[in-house]
Amino acid sequence: MIAARIAKTFAPRPGSAGFSLDIEFQARAGITALFGTAGAGKTLAFDAIAGFARPDSGRIMLDDRILFDAASRVNLKPQQRNCGYVSRDESLFPNMTIRENLVFAADRLPRLERHRRVNETTDRFQLAEIAARLPQETSPSERQCCSVARALMSSPRLLLLDEPAHSLNAPSRVELYRLLRKVREDFQIPILLATDQLEECFQLADQMLILRDGRIAQSGRPREILEQPESVEIARLLGISNLFQAEITALDPGRNTSRLRFGEYDLTGTYFRGHLLGDRVWLYVHARDLRIAGRNGVRPEANQIPAKLLRVSELPQAVRLEFSGDISVELPRQEFEQQKDNKDWLVEFPPAALRVL
Amino acid sequence: MPLNWFPLWLSLRVAALATLISIALGLWIAYLLANREFRGKQVLETAVTLPLVLPPTVLGYFLLVVLGASSPLGHLYKWMFGAPLIFTWQAAVVASTFHAIPLLTKSARGAFESGRGYEKAAQSLGASGWRTFWRVTLPLSRRVVASASLTAFARALGDFGVTLMVAGNLPGKTQTAAVGIYDALQRGDTREARWLVLALSAVVIAIVYAENRLSRRPVAA
Repeated sequence: MIAARIAKTFAPRPGSAGFSLDIEFQARAGITALFGTAGAGKTLAFDAIAGFARPDSGRIMLDDRILFDAASRVNLKPQQRNCGYVSRDESLFPNMTIRENLVFAADRLPRLERHRRVNETTDRFQLAEIAARLPQETSPSERQCCSVARALMSSPRLLLLDEPAHSLNAPSRVELYRLLRKVREDFQIPILLATDQLEECFQLADQMLILRDGRIAQSGRPREILEQPESVEIARLLGISNLFQAEITALDPGRNTSRLRFGEYDLTGTYFRGHLLGDRVWLYVHARDLRIAGRNGVRPEANQIPAKLLRVSELPQAVRLEFSGDISVELPRQEFEQQKDNKDWLVEFPPAALRVL
Repeated sequence: MPLNWFPLWLSLRVAALATLISIALGLWIAYLLANREFRGKQVLETAVTLPLVLPPTVLGYFLLVVLGASSPLGHLYKWMFGAPLIFTWQAAVVASTFHAIPLLTKSARGAFESGRGYEKAAQSLGASGWRTFWRVTLPLSRRVVASASLTAFARALGDFGVTLMVAGNLPGKTQTAAVGIYDALQRGDTREARWLVLALSAVVIAIVYAENRLSRRPVAA
């Protein structure tokens, strides 16, 4: 298990705005995603854990070893930290073959043991075929696989993966995700995964830390975070498109209902715990939870809002409709095909889908 | 009258030694500048660039002051080797070294810095700084280092002003080819000057040709 408290500040200078990282987290065996946009501090956090950046204050514990402690001035060298680190850039030594890259990582083992370990790794990661090649003679996904294999050669107590999929195409990503799930099962160590891809978090992460401007804004299981982001900023970061300002006009815990005033419309939702009558809140609805209907001259029913269809775009498995008022709806293609001849539209907000911040 | 080839041989020997010293010293300085933060780093950076831009006579004057018989370094040299350094061919080596080091330091530093990612990888895999340097940093920048060494050699071969000031112009002792050409012209010996010019040009052209070939090959190892 890794437990870290890391604070580091870069004062603003001409040409750079300055930055401060201040995070505290724990991660057990399994994959913990560090989710954030570029510049959120992911790589700096990794560099601090691996020993390439010295925090101003804090403490980093890996299992029962202290890697860094500002108070007692402990600061282990990268070589002593036993952290596997796969950096964002390609890091296989281009002057060595794949096999030599692995041997380099096993250098401290006795000769026979080293040989055994290298063979074991080439088998486990299916690198035997490309072992004699130089990195630049292999594909990006093979290189990434070898980087992970090499980082695991010395049986690290922690694996750091900095955007491992960023240079890979879609099929290679799928392959990498499969590999990382296998690593999670086989090695049973904490794996920290820095990423700006939400999908990657859902594919791989047991836990997710949302890093924003050098702070951890929210943590939890990816599904939980997506269902209940703690702030409108996080909701935006997660790509939730339907975010509206609304006012609570009625709350009825007995019947488990609430009413919201949204623009000129009234919407009914489930009871919003922890909010008061008259609260100005952010209403959000996942695009896939909204329904559509043709207006065809009839009066809108409850929770239906008339809207103008502005744009239709294709997604791999669905259709995305953009309506006036910044409303986005995602629905299966067949469902849209049945309704596409509608002239006027109603967007329906199912009560159970309404959430507020 | 047979031609006097001594200046050319001396030049080649001086340049070779100066290049070797520059490689050792220059790579060390480049490594420090690329990897360490220390007090006086900017002073060192400036000092390494100075020989490129200072007038040779100014550099020569500084060297005379620092290495002259009455200076501490001059005393140390005399105590170690039993004779003063100034006006010997060894002084010419020092002069050429100063001219050659900046070329190596500048290119090697750039190469070392661009290999930072690989160094980080090596260190997180448990390799010591020394091992990282020999197995990763240096092999990855060997092309740059080789090409800079050739340029440094050519540069050392052609040094005139600084050599003249600290090693003098003693025929058969400290007279290098560059100084010899000037001396021969002064004496009106155009034949010797011509042959030295031709020989020196040939060597330098060969070096530049080799260096261009070296840097034109694809970057991948």
